[in-house]
Amino acid sequence: MTDKHFNSRLKLENVSHSYGSVDVLHDLNLDVHPGEVVVLVGPSGCGKTTILNLLSGFIKPVSGRVTRQGIIRTVYQQDGLFPWLTVSENISIGLRSMKDPEVRNQEMLDLIQLIHLEGFENHYPHQLSGGMRQRVELARVLAGDSDILLMDEPFSALDYQTRIRMRRELVRVLEKRHRTVVFVTHDIEEAAQLADRVLVLSNRPATIRRELHIDAVRPRDLTDPAVIGAMKEILTELGL
Amino acid sequence: MPSSDNIERPRAKENVESNPTQKSNTIRLLLPLIVLLCLLLIWYIITYINLFPAYALPSPEAVWKSFQEEVRAGRLVNDIIASLWRVAVGFVVSATLGIPAGLWLGQHLHARQAFVPMLNFFRFLSPLAWIPFAILWFHIGDKPAVFLIFMASFFPLTLATMAAVATIPSIYFRVARDYDYKGMELLTKVTFPAVLPEIITALRVSYGIAWVVIVAAEMVGSQDGLGYGIWEARNGLRLDSAVCYMIIIGLLGMGIDRMLAQLTKLPNVRWGYDR
Repeated sequence: MTDKHFNSRLKLENVSHSYGSVDVLHDLNLDVHPGEVVVLVGPSGCGKTTILNLLSGFIKPVSGRVTRQGIIRTVYQQDGLFPWLTVSENISIGLRSMKDPEVRNQEMLDLIQLIHLEGFENHYPHQLSGGMRQRVELARVLAGDSDILLMDEPFSALDYQTRIRMRRELVRVLEKRHRTVVFVTHDIEEAAQLADRVLVLSNRPATIRRELHIDAVRPRDLTDPAVIGAMKEILTELGL
Repeated sequence: MPSSDNIERPRAKENVESNPTQKSNTIRLLLPLIVLLCLLLIWYIITYINLFPAYALPSPEAVWKSFQEEVRAGRLVNDIIASLWRVAVGFVVSATLGIPAGLWLGQHLHARQAFVPMLNFFRFLSPLAWIPFAILWFHIGDKPAVFLIFMASFFPLTLATMAAVATIPSIYFRVARDYDYKGMELLTKVTFPAVLPEIITALRVSYGIAWVVIVAAEMVGSQDGLGYGIWEARNGLRLDSAVCYMIIIGLLGMGIDRMLAQLTKLPNVRWGYDR
């Protein structure tokens, strides 16, 4: 199922959105290629989360067209695991569409191994650290036949070191299970380390100010010249 | 949150630390025992020096004697069973109606707007006010007491469940939506488990009310039961017997609450109390 991402299609055409009289997005165009990791950065409150909500279909745009194809899963900023379910029960939510119990079990084993949580299958989320919980979330969105991952500042609640470790985790996991990823963050390092393409957004109403391709292979060290170069460009674009 | 019971997380370290845990356990059991003994001692001294006449405050020995009498006559056991049965029936009926009602109200804003004032009205109306109606409608026996227990526990239980549902973090419903939970499945797999810790708390609270009410209910509408026992004792000016019943009522109430408290140790509700 590793090549599923070729089914994915995610596109915004001339999309504008507003909440009441507040214009959030203005005439936005975004085409996410299959298998690509797109990172959106921008000032806080600029409408990054709105873009994800439009992509996932949670909200409809006031004008413009959203095209989406493939199964979309979201990792949220807040804790999205169900606290009344164990680690493996939470992951199995992502396997709901799989009917064959044998295949499901195998997939569960694979996922637990993938996120290195062997031995924690029967733990509850409140018994895990923040980083472990986020890994379970990752396993849940990767489970089964998802094509596209939307990630809304998934690591922002973690401490700095855990955040760096989680970025590496994400890269490693995506290496094994390719997905199309749209990743929203305010963390410039994160953008530079993870993205194939960084989109720098302007203040509200959000437009794309700058598009930046980063070709360096992943995993990228924080001190990698390509990462530092990209960070410099993003910072300049944000006026910092 | 109703948790004096500290639950240790399952950690491998526990064995190493077993000694301090044992010590704190002994202290935990010893301290209330000391208070209890002090209280008994004070009671004993007051009656020993005849601070009050014996008919107004029976001595511990008199209560102990009357306890033996009641047990031998079989009345005490009979009354305990009668009261427990009534509370159990009334409580189960109000839980089976109140919890679903609360779940439904919690999910529908307009239903809440429509019913909450009425529910609050009845919650603040003492169930004892229903005694005349209970007797008129259900006469004497189990039924009026069961009705009063229902009236005492249904409203707080419904309102607590409703409030819990209305405050479920929206993130759970976002996730549920992402994974196609709908209708009945959404209710049983997301909504209900999300409020279960709070429902257990509400059950304990409303059980407490029910247990208080049963005594009053049985004083007027019954011919057996713990409340009736106290009433009988009063009529016969046997306050030693009344105290004996009071002790039983208190102990049983505590015991059943301890049992309900065990529910909070279920692994899938633990998260609601550990925060």
